[in-house]
Amino acid sequence: MLRRACLVLFSAVGSVAALAAQQPPGQGGFVPIEQLPPSEQLPSAPLLVAAYAFVWVALMVYVWSVWRRLGKVEAELRALEQKTRK
Amino acid sequence: MTKRYFVPLLVVTAAMFAYAPILIANAPYESTMGLVQKIFYFHVPSWFAMFTAVFICGIQSAIYLFRGRAASDRVAAAAGELAVVFGLLGLVTGPLWGRKSWGVWWQWDARLTIALLLELTFIAYLLVRKYGGPGSEKLAAAVGIFGMANVPFLYMSVNIWRTIHPPTSVVPTLPAGMPGPFWFSVAAFMLLLTILMTLRVRQEHQRAALDELYLALEE
Repeated sequence: MLRRACLVLFSAVGSVAALAAQQPPGQGGFVPIEQLPPSEQLPSAPLLVAAYAFVWVALMVYVWSVWRRLGKVEAELRALEQKTRK
Repeated sequence: MTKRYFVPLLVVTAAMFAYAPILIANAPYESTMGLVQKIFYFHVPSWFAMFTAVFICGIQSAIYLFRGRAASDRVAAAAGELAVVFGLLGLVTGPLWGRKSWGVWWQWDARLTIALLLELTFIAYLLVRKYGGPGSEKLAAAVGIFGMANVPFLYMSVNIWRTIHPPTSVVPTLPAGMPGPFWFSVAAFMLLLTILMTLRVRQEHQRAALDELYLALEE
C-alpha cells in the first residue's frame, strides 16, 4: 500500500517536473513592449485607425440620418400645410 | 439657436474635426502605451459629450415630469438619442485602446460595467419612447432621470473601486503637449453635440407640429 502511494507520488512529481522543464521560462519582472518577442507584440496602428475610422463613419452616418429625417418631416409638414390651405 | 449662427458653427465644427487629427498626430507619445494612447483624444471627449447629453435629457425629463412642459420632453428625446450615439463611440473606442494597453478587449469591472449599463439605460429610453404606446413619454422621462443618476457613480467608480481603467486624475495631470489637442477635441465634440442637438430638437418640434396638424384635420 505504502509502496503504491510512493510510486504514485513520485510519478506525479516526475510528471510535473517534466512538464515544467518543457515550458518556457516564466517572466520574472517588467518587460518593455519593445523587448517582447514579435509573436507577443500587438501592432497599435490598426487599433488606432479602427477607432478613428469608427468615430468618423458613425458620426457621418448619424448626421446623414438626422438630416434625412428632418427633411422628411419638413416636406410632410409643407405638404400638409398646402393641403389645409386648399 | 438662430439660422444666422447655425451655418458658421457648422463650418467651424467641420474645420475643427478636420484639423484635430493633425494636432493629435503631433502630440507627444505617452511613455508606456505609445501610439495606441492617441485613441484617448477621441475616446474621452465622446464620454464628455455623452455625459452632457445625459444631463440635458435627465434635467429636461424632470421638468417634463414635474411641470408637464411638452417642449422639455422633445429636448429630452433629442438628448437621449445623442447620449446613445456618443456612448457608442466611447464603448467602441475604449476596447480598441484596452486590447493593446490592458491585453483584453473587455473587463467586467465597475467602470466598464456601469458605462455599459448607462448605454443600455438610454437604449431602453429610446425603445420605451418608440414602442411604449400612448403615455410612454412619462415612463421614458423616469428612465431618463434614472440614467442621469448613474453618471456620478460612473465618473467616481475609478476612484472608489479597484478597476483596470485609469482614474479621473489623468486629465488634470496630462504631460506637456497633450492638454492642447485634448481640449481642442473636447471643444470639437461639444460643438458637434450643440449642432446635432439643434437639428434633433428642430425635428422633434416639426414632428409635434405635424401631429397637431393631423389631429386638426381629423377634427
